[in-house]
Amino acid sequence: MNPSRKRTVRLVVALSAAVALASALIYTSFSAASPALTPSQLLRQAEPGRSYQLTGTVVAGSVHREGAVLDFSVADRAGGAAIPLAYTGTVPDPFREGREVIVTVEKQGGRYVGERNSLITKCPSKYKTAPASENQNS
Amino acid sequence: MAGLGFACLVLALVVCVYGIAASLYGVRSGRVEFSESGRRSVYALALVLTAAMAVLEVAFLRNDFAFNTVADTSSRTTPSFYRAAAVWSSQEGSLLLWAWLMSLWSSLALFLTRKRLRDVAAYATAIMLGFGGFFVSLMVFYANPFATTHPAPPEGAGLDPLLRFPTMMIHPPMLYSGYTLCTIPLAFGMGALLARRVDADWIKAIRRFAFAAWLFLGAGILLGARWSYSELGWGGYWGWDAVENASLMPWLTGTAFLHSLMIQEKRGMLKVWNVSLVLATGTLAIMGTFLVRSGILNSIHAFGGQTLGVPFVVLIAVLIAGSIYLVVSRREMLRSEHRLDSLVSRESMFLLNNLVLVGLCFVIFWGTYFPLISEALTGQEASVGPPWFNRYTVPLALILVLLSGIAPVIAWRRATLANFRRNFTAPIVCALLALVALLAAGIPEKPLALTMFCLAAFVLGSVGQEFYRGARARRAMAGEPLALAVLALVRRNRRRYGGYIVHVGIAVLFVGVAASSSFQHASELALSPGQSTRVGAYQIRYVRSTATITPKYDEAHTGSTLSLGALLDVTKNGRHVATLDPSEGFYASGEASQGSVGSLIGGQPVSHVAMDAGFTRDVWTAIQPDIEAPALQRIVKIGNSTLPPADAIVAIVALAHAYVTHPPQAQFHFIVSPLILWIWLGGAIVVGGALIAIWPAPSVVRRRVAVRSRARAVRGLARV
Amino acid sequence: MLALVGLVVLVVGAPLRRARRGDGSRLGASSPSQPAAGVERSSRREHDALQAARAELEAAREAKYREIRDTELDYRTGKLSRDDYQAIDADLRAEALTILDRLERLSSTDA
Repeated sequence: MNPSRKRTVRLVVALSAAVALASALIYTSFSAASPALTPSQLLRQAEPGRSYQLTGTVVAGSVHREGAVLDFSVADRAGGAAIPLAYTGTVPDPFREGREVIVTVEKQGGRYVGERNSLITKCPSKYKTAPASENQNS
Repeated sequence: MAGLGFACLVLALVVCVYGIAASLYGVRSGRVEFSESGRRSVYALALVLTAAMAVLEVAFLRNDFAFNTVADTSSRTTPSFYRAAAVWSSQEGSLLLWAWLMSLWSSLALFLTRKRLRDVAAYATAIMLGFGGFFVSLMVFYANPFATTHPAPPEGAGLDPLLRFPTMMIHPPMLYSGYTLCTIPLAFGMGALLARRVDADWIKAIRRFAFAAWLFLGAGILLGARWSYSELGWGGYWGWDAVENASLMPWLTGTAFLHSLMIQEKRGMLKVWNVSLVLATGTLAIMGTFLVRSGILNSIHAFGGQTLGVPFVVLIAVLIAGSIYLVVSRREMLRSEHRLDSLVSRESMFLLNNLVLVGLCFVIFWGTYFPLISEALTGQEASVGPPWFNRYTVPLALILVLLSGIAPVIAWRRATLANFRRNFTAPIVCALLALVALLAAGIPEKPLALTMFCLAAFVLGSVGQEFYRGARARRAMAGEPLALAVLALVRRNRRRYGGYIVHVGIAVLFVGVAASSSFQHASELALSPGQSTRVGAYQIRYVRSTATITPKYDEAHTGSTLSLGALLDVTKNGRHVATLDPSEGFYASGEASQGSVGSLIGGQPVSHVAMDAGFTRDVWTAIQPDIEAPALQRIVKIGNSTLPPADAIVAIVALAHAYVTHPPQAQFHFIVSPLILWIWLGGAIVVGGALIAIWPAPSVVRRRVAVRSRARAVRGLARV
Repeated sequence: MLALVGLVVLVVGAPLRRARRGDGSRLGASSPSQPAAGVERSSRREHDALQAARAELEAAREAKYREIRDTELDYRTGKLSRDDYQAIDADLRAEALTILDRLERLSSTDA
């Protein structure tokens, strides 16, 4: 096989391998991903056994700890539907009522169970952009 | 003062616009004085932004709460060090930091190339000023760090307690240095394409900048990981969080660039690869900057500020479109001068290395931006978690380590096949010895971790062989003792041996990662004093509870009002190992609605981790005291209703007393991770090796002599 | 603030002022300014192109010397057989010679 043919073969092999790997990657990402839903969406769509990323605000007064389990409710950012869930695992320091959280949940029986150590609390917005309002003087 | 600061920003914007115009005019018309003027605009920009930075720093140090950023992130009780660093904890301040650092590095880069690369530098100047102008415009029109409120509030909100750690304050400047440094090679890369000069001189200049960017970015990433592990309450150092990934991606393409640049230098090959990599690195760095502050992806770091999203998207789109256009329109100029001589050569290893690194970058890119991709494609936003990332990055990382062990053993251009096979004996023996030793020591069967350990042994074997053979060759020529031979060898071949040391560091780092992920023992449980638990090979006993009060206006500490914690006794096989004292600090919130006592401890609590770090393992402990316990809350309620704010501290004393005498059960998190220290150690080795590799060669005079004599030798050969 | 603006103008404008002064002083009393400045500019452009070519060749030469040394190290650490090494080394030295020749030719045209 002359050199240029060898090169073409090499290129084709490399490209095919890359395409194959990329396809595997892309395919599995769709099946392995957990959809991000708000509480109202979750109430509508949740299928038992599938895990979802629940995003919302911690409802005031809903936080109770019983031993290793932390119970709290998550509501839509705009208020409204709230989902109570039982969570075990690390609770991030910023966690408190009124904060925005992301937690992976699964519907088990009639209850929602938070996946262990999946609770993320958004850092309170330090990077707030001051809106260009009247009382800004420079 | 604020007026002065804002005026500096406006002046900076003017300078940027002028500089871009002058540089472009100068390079198109050939009028050097305008290109010169454009270059000096960058110096002027650095000057002006330094002034702006100084104004802001002074405002913070003087507690000038008229400035909104000062009022939002600092307070009278914040210690001076954190006050100075709080400048960049806000969106506006961090933009200023970014622009300022960028102007400094740009000035340095232009100063170093002031006598060369005229055309390229002129275009690069325009691009760098374009970036500078972008960030300054953001500040002038959207997020003004010098915005004020009158009348000034009497006290500021204080620095988020989560940031009151030295490493956390150094993390942004370090990371921003890395990000901003990535834009320099981008600018010079685009400049070279625009000036149609992608040649040896350009390589020499751009390598240094790319190396600096790579070094700072890598250090920033490692510091972030270290901070996450040693200060946050989750005990991990990498979570595949969107923002972590965003900083890793340009580092990966930067690594690929540094390697394949060598190929272009030697053989004039991989030019398209190289310009693409350098443009990708810069673009990914800008995307990383954008990700942190746009809030488009859910992340622990998701700082708000949707208003900044659109300008960034436009910038990134321009960068991508511009890069593609430049590479395609200049492709004739980027043709390879040579072809790959042989698959058994360092060149082909480097090419494979490129592919693996870019592949890694693609995996991480896909996973990070997947929420956006899935939303665009399916209408449903979904995200992938660490298990998915690990599934694809671990095999690629293994291949990477393998390649770094093969490359030292292979020659440039074409290796002699027989020698190549023979040269592998020692490294493979090392790997097999490691495997046998590990299995014999009873390490549980975790195939991936074991593979990593063996590959690391392989790398150590091949690098060790290189050092040994090189020193032996030197001794044969110069007759020095072994130690001196090694030193001389490294000094005279810095790039090669510095690079080998970097690879050793990476191998050590990956060993640490593999061990700490695969063989970790973790436990989360509630304990009362006197109780103990077993974690891995260690017994941890909760000896007693602790409580510390810090007065409201102390300067020395991080300023928590009340710290509740525990004293832990760690033993192994009955032998005392360590005494650890994790605690949680409760900070003042300044919210009157929580009551006089409640507001003293109602702020965001921060976990203070206690750990015993060792060469073979870390014992990591964290506590979450139950501040909500009825007994404690009763004290708070009584205090709220009976004590005025000035006397509220009395209730805090009572709380502390109650916690020490009758502590409720506390939640503990214990982790025993083997070889975590190797991660930081590996990182340090990488930095050391990198510094050796980029250290300028010894005596320039000696080199000139060598050059002249070499020239004679070359000519001599030709005459024969 | 004014001081800062003044400083900026000074720093940024220095090359422009220098160029204008240079053009002016080189003018004879008789010749009009335009063509003389044009000639100045084009010869400066040539000079720059020459500088760029020289810098390029010098960088290429350094890289080539480094390659020669690297190959020798490869041979001495046992990655190349003697025959392979001598073949590659001869190639590299020939390439280095080409660069040196081009550099010499450049210096002679410049002189």
